[in-house]
Amino acid sequence: MSRPVLDVRDLKKIYGEGEATVHALRGVSLTVERGDYLAIMGSSGSGKSTLMNILGALDIPTSGTYRLDGVDVSKLADRQLALARNRLIGFIFQAFNLIPRTSAVANVELPLAYAGVKPKERRRRAMAALEVVGLADRARHEPNQLSGGQQQRVAVARALVTEPALLLADEPTGNLDSRSTADVLSVFDELNAAGRTIVLITHETEVGDRAKRLIRLVDGQIVHDVRQAPVGALAGRHAR
Amino acid sequence: MTFYEVVRFALRGLSANKLRSSLTMLGILIGVAAVILLVAVGNGSAQAISDRIEALGTNTITVMSTGRGGSSSTALTKDMADALVDPVLAPDVKSVSPVVSSSATVTYEGTDHDVSSFVGTTPGWFTASNTPVGSGSAFTADDEAQGRRVVVIGQTVAEELFPGVDPIDKQVTVGGALFTVIGVLDEKSSTGFQDANDTAVAPLSAVRQVLTGYGSLNSILVEAVTPDKVDAVQSEVSAVLNQKMDVADGATSTPYRIQNASQLLETQTETADTFTTLLGAVAAISLLVGGIGITNIMLVTVTERTREIGIRKALGAPRRTILTQFLIEATLLSVIGGALGVAAALIGSSFEIVGVKPVIVPSSVGLALGVSIAIGLFFGGLPASRAARLRPIDALRYE
Ligand SMILES: Nc1ncnc2c1ncn2[C@@H]1O[C@H](COP(=O)(O)OP(=O)(O)O)[C@@H](O)[C@H]1O
Ligand SMILES: [Mg+2]
Repeated sequence: MSRPVLDVRDLKKIYGEGEATVHALRGVSLTVERGDYLAIMGSSGSGKSTLMNILGALDIPTSGTYRLDGVDVSKLADRQLALARNRLIGFIFQAFNLIPRTSAVANVELPLAYAGVKPKERRRRAMAALEVVGLADRARHEPNQLSGGQQQRVAVARALVTEPALLLADEPTGNLDSRSTADVLSVFDELNAAGRTIVLITHETEVGDRAKRLIRLVDGQIVHDVRQAPVGALAGRHAR
Repeated sequence: MTFYEVVRFALRGLSANKLRSSLTMLGILIGVAAVILLVAVGNGSAQAISDRIEALGTNTITVMSTGRGGSSSTALTKDMADALVDPVLAPDVKSVSPVVSSSATVTYEGTDHDVSSFVGTTPGWFTASNTPVGSGSAFTADDEAQGRRVVVIGQTVAEELFPGVDPIDKQVTVGGALFTVIGVLDEKSSTGFQDANDTAVAPLSAVRQVLTGYGSLNSILVEAVTPDKVDAVQSEVSAVLNQKMDVADGATSTPYRIQNASQLLETQTETADTFTTLLGAVAAISLLVGGIGITNIMLVTVTERTREIGIRKALGAPRRTILTQFLIEATLLSVIGGALGVAAALIGSSFEIVGVKPVIVPSSVGLALGVSIAIGLFFGGLPASRAARLRPIDALRYE
């Protein structure tokens, strides 16, 4: 079996000190295979975002180890971390987090710029990514000129433009209507079909049902871990 | 990512936030321009003062009485002035000009003009006091000896009494006597409140007869042969006068006072320097206020910027790239603002400000630019460097 993309062991995260201490994660262990499509569900405050931020190398755990593509993330220096975030991971935030007053295409180009891609090539790939999410005609629009669903699709385009092996999405459809949700999810299905590993957080059972594997978090611990389809299978209901 | 691209990122960042960028630049512009201009005004007035004193002649000394008039023992007399022309006791004296002066009303064909300084003296005064005659001629020693009623008038007097008319050979009435205008003085630059061109000069004997009477002199203008002999002349004059006025050797006070133009220059320059320093302090405060304005704008945007830095880090920007971008942004803002400020000051300095022609002090340009750039760099760079050090998630959560 090939090396897992994600491998976390006994992850704990404690926020605050003294009386205000919050145990957001109480020992999470999880392995995600290449090409898997994992949905994380759980009630609000169960630690989903905390886990996702650690997986995205945006935060560090209080204890436990995290191996990304076999590399211990806690041992990486700033530059290597930046490289990992840039090349290996595409992160989609619930709150979109586009750069304000900057056009959609410039937002999508950003990770490529940090990857050192030349401007021409950058523009071409950014436009291609926008094409994938169906927003090529909105390339020149700034975030405040786009609807929530469009902003989220720009964020998806930005996450996949570097063609990362791993796509992490924190409630990507939480702020979207059913149409936009369907749009974004079908993009995920295509990406997974193309071999990318996807981990997403969701509240909605329909979204969770599309994934190949479903994890349920309660109070910072994994209580359910169900495989719904084999890793090699095509993702999405339409495929079944 | 190449440096050139980072610069482009910085430029894009600046143009994406036009209002903020222009406000920051405006703050720096005003601060820099104010410092340079205020210091230039101070410097300009100092130069004007020293120019005027130098025009007065740095190779002369002026003897004045310290008495309150009346008392004959402290009065300066024509006799004393004559005694100063002594090749043995006062070898370094080139000329001696006794001076009386008073205000007088000059009348020409029914037009009155009050001359603030109607001077009676000897012909040597014109060169000694650096007051050349422009048109016509000065009076001669013979005019003085004969007590001829001739007068050389200043520009202001000429304009007031003879608008559009050549004043030479015209007759004016002064103190009930007729004087013939024989010359007009060159225009003198006057700073301060007194008009240096509102003057008239006539032979001592005539002025005494008509205006001031034969009492004491107002002052005696003594010219040294060369500027570096001024101190020697001063002690020679003291010696002669002490003898004449019966001042005991080593007496602490004398009935006369000697004013030395170069000493005057020194004290005046000191005063002007104080003035410049004062203006500089005001300017520094305005720079500080401008700096606080810049700081304020930069700090207000820290939240937004910190979130932006969080996003950039999450997308894989290394700390160094982020730092460089934000430092370049801050540098561009302060350098462009500073350069515009210098330009504004240069333009402003070509105009007279409160009657003073500003003279730019190069070091004030450097200082103002340096301080504003430092402030811009510090308060633009510091929050950015702090944010760049944060974990992405903390930067994203920053409030
Ligand atoms: N930065 C933080 N400081 C303190 N407590 C936090 C912080 N972030 C999350 N928490 C707490 O950790 C717990 C898990 O939060 P989170 O991972 O955001 O939950 P979820 O995404 O599942 O709703 C919650 O109780 C939350 O209040
Ligand atoms: Mg959450």
